[in-house]
Amino acid sequence: MPVLTIRDALNQALREEMQRDENVFLLGEDIGLYDGSFKVTRGLWKEFGDRRVLDTPIAEEVIIGTAIGAAMAGLRPVAEIMTVNFIMVAMDQVVNAAAHLRYMFGGGTAVPMVIRTPGGGGHQLGAQHSHSHENWFAHVPGLKVVAPGTPADAKGMLKSAIRDNNPVMFIENEGTYAVKGEVPEGEHLVPLDQNDIKRQGNDVTICAHSRMLVVAQEAATELEKEGISAEIVDMRALRPLDMTPVIESVKKTSRVITVEEGWRSFGVGSEIASRIYEEAFDYLDAPVARIGAAEVPAPYNKKLEKIAFPGKADVIVTARALLGKN
Amino acid sequence: MKVEQRPTSSTPEEALDDKSTLLALYREMLLIRRFEEKTAEMYQRAQIGGFCHLNIGEEASIVGTISALRKQDYVYSTYREHGHALAKGITANAVMAELFGKETGTSRGRGGSMHLFSQEHRFYGGYAIVGQALPIACGTGYAITYKGTDEVVMSIFGDGATNIGGFHEALNVAKLWHLPIVFVCVNNLYGMGTAVNRASAVTEIWKKACAYDMTGERVDGMDVLAVRRITDQLVEQARERHEPSLLECVTYRYRGHSMSDPDTYRGKDEIKEWQGRDPILSLADHMKGQKLITDQDIQRIDEEITRQVEASVEFAEQSPEPDPRELYRDVYAEGAA
Repeated sequence: MPVLTIRDALNQALREEMQRDENVFLLGEDIGLYDGSFKVTRGLWKEFGDRRVLDTPIAEEVIIGTAIGAAMAGLRPVAEIMTVNFIMVAMDQVVNAAAHLRYMFGGGTAVPMVIRTPGGGGHQLGAQHSHSHENWFAHVPGLKVVAPGTPADAKGMLKSAIRDNNPVMFIENEGTYAVKGEVPEGEHLVPLDQNDIKRQGNDVTICAHSRMLVVAQEAATELEKEGISAEIVDMRALRPLDMTPVIESVKKTSRVITVEEGWRSFGVGSEIASRIYEEAFDYLDAPVARIGAAEVPAPYNKKLEKIAFPGKADVIVTARALLGKN
Repeated sequence: MKVEQRPTSSTPEEALDDKSTLLALYREMLLIRRFEEKTAEMYQRAQIGGFCHLNIGEEASIVGTISALRKQDYVYSTYREHGHALAKGITANAVMAELFGKETGTSRGRGGSMHLFSQEHRFYGGYAIVGQALPIACGTGYAITYKGTDEVVMSIFGDGATNIGGFHEALNVAKLWHLPIVFVCVNNLYGMGTAVNRASAVTEIWKKACAYDMTGERVDGMDVLAVRRITDQLVEQARERHEPSLLECVTYRYRGHSMSDPDTYRGKDEIKEWQGRDPILSLADHMKGQKLITDQDIQRIDEEITRQVEASVEFAEQSPEPDPRELYRDVYAEGAA
């Protein structure tokens, strides 16, 4: 099986879906002639031209609005927002419009569109380019929200997202574009509503998605050397939130750590923990431990930034504590 | 507030005098007037909930613009859109049933007064966030260009929307991408209770088009024939040459912003003055002057339309409520491409 980066896996998914369906088109800032800020759309403008790879002004509200209006009229737009921080100026279009139009118009229309956008910190980009906000979107009925962390899932979930008849928030991470892995060629679809056990283990369950999946995997490798067997559930499907593999895992390990790159308060881990308490409280031997970013706007200074975002060491220390092995 | 009413750009006085066209315009305006009067009555009787914004006074701006479109053309509107929906061909029954929150309404009772919609009539919705629909209209314009078909999009909004970022983003890409869109600003002189000259540095809204090298026109929004004439031109330039435009219809709402507005920010004299230029009475006078219609005809038409509106209330009253078991219906669409 070919080994690709997440960047190239996404590129392959876009190309294949554009070849497959004439109604699929891309729009966003510098995605065409410039080949994309993170090169995810590299080569597509040359191959498909202006009509299907539409360079837009720096105007997020009209990028999302254009995608919505085109979707309602029968196209399948894939909008790129350069980073999730920039989508804030278009939240009205995402939440009040894309997510709600079908319901508030009594099912009279559908909004089949994808918004691709990366979050994540660790590049010294400060407080306006570094955050992760998937929990904001996962709060909203009408949106689907996914955040894959492997190249195979990136390709398979993007293809599924483009074919889905709903607005899908497809959250990428600037820190994972270079992550490599095997990617099936051609038709490879990963469902948008299934989370996945990425590593089997018996002692502790680690729930993580996107870049934190990579962090969790690194931590699990080290924990194994200490005799701690971690099971990793990839929370790639955030809305609808598939809890089945988590609950199954909790029944086995009785201990859970959630790891997310965003702030903990009202976060992904909070939701996962609540669901566990509701569905599997009796199986727990300890409260769910939540790991997230320090509750500060992301700092520029390299040392401050490093301690502001969760890393491998945080997961290891938390696992030891949960198992009473400090 | 005082406004200069004369159209800034002169438009040719093309003939719009055949009896059937004039009668159709008249009937459509009267339908909106009677429908809205009945809506106010039903709101006061608590048959209609939520917010409710009436089009009374704005009928010429609505009918003069939308009547210039073909059936397959698209209309995007605002939360003050009962009249726009009727003018685009949605039945009074379906609109009234939606106001009543019934399953037979345009949006199955899930939308209400501010969220009428019809795929069949290409009435692409009432939007309750000021200025929100302009960027969305651009997407439908792009889809038309993408598919190479010849429909036109009409994006209708109030004067308040023209101070919002989305207005400027939308006009910019409409011109940049050659989208077949007619932007229609219904300037009723007040954004809720704030007069245009207290909210906009440029009070002649049509002038905002020049920032995007776009055709801008201002028309007397109380004169349905003037509105229709200029709209015909702008629709044609959108359809034939993909040249978008901004049309400002200067008009007035006789009632408050919504049913719950005590209307304390404008004088009674001002309201009276505008009512003296009523678009429906003016067209009736015009047709009588041309000997196309008699007082008896006018009375007969009014009775017919009043019956039609009464029937819509009956229909709405007798229609079923949405099934509580269907609360979650249509949050998501099924299936995939």
